[in-house]
Amino acid sequence: MAFYECVLIARQDVSATQVETLVADYTKILEDNGGRVAGSEYWGLRTLAYRIKKNRKGHYVYLTLDAPAAALHELERNMRLSDDVIRYLTVRVEELEEGPSVVMQQRNSRDDRGGRGDRGDRRGGGGRYGGDGPRGRGPRDDNAPATPAAAPATPAASEGATK
Amino acid sequence: MSVQVVGGGGRRPFFRRRKSCPFSGPKATRIDYKDTRLMQRFVSERGKIVPSRITAVSTKKQRELARAIKRARFLALLPYVLK
Repeated sequence: MAFYECVLIARQDVSATQVETLVADYTKILEDNGGRVAGSEYWGLRTLAYRIKKNRKGHYVYLTLDAPAAALHELERNMRLSDDVIRYLTVRVEELEEGPSVVMQQRNSRDDRGGRGDRGDRRGGGGRYGGDGPRGRGPRDDNAPATPAAAPATPAASEGATK
Repeated sequence: MSVQVVGGGGRRPFFRRRKSCPFSGPKATRIDYKDTRLMQRFVSERGKIVPSRITAVSTKKQRELARAIKRARFLALLPYVLK
């Protein structure tokens, strides 16, 4: 048996309960084939970074699996057949992560709506880079000298200070 | 004359701090394709992966990072292009 992480994106039109049944179905498929679902997370209806099959949003589900390859093949076959699943990605991992994933941690730490609004608006996304703080800004100054004059001055000053 | 020259080069008249790889060392953050916030720091405004000579990520970690960014893109967590 090997460990896998699986993220699947369900169509925006399906309801959260339908997603749950979908996950239950896949769990059953895995178990029938000798696998096991170690953990499952529902990341909610998130805005996609680009449109997939005319969808702007999607239900993200994250599963951690402990299953043989055969079970995974069966699972992926079913996901391909399903019209509700617009995308999935399975990655083999050395060990399964304990506790909630980064997405859930970030979700809990920030206010939900603000975060989502950020993602939804592309222009807002671009503007966020500037406001991302000094850590995000550092590399970008070298990359794009066209940033406002105030921006390059600040990291330079801080670099001098930290020295 | 008061400028401090650090390192072997000495060609640069201004001081440049030696940046170290953010993913190496004891306090390293883990590279994870699910961590959109982290990925975003290594992507340009256009959505391109920033070269490691600018971000100071080590070669090995840059490969790992690029893979993670591409996974995040596939899952529509990150855009392929930003206009």
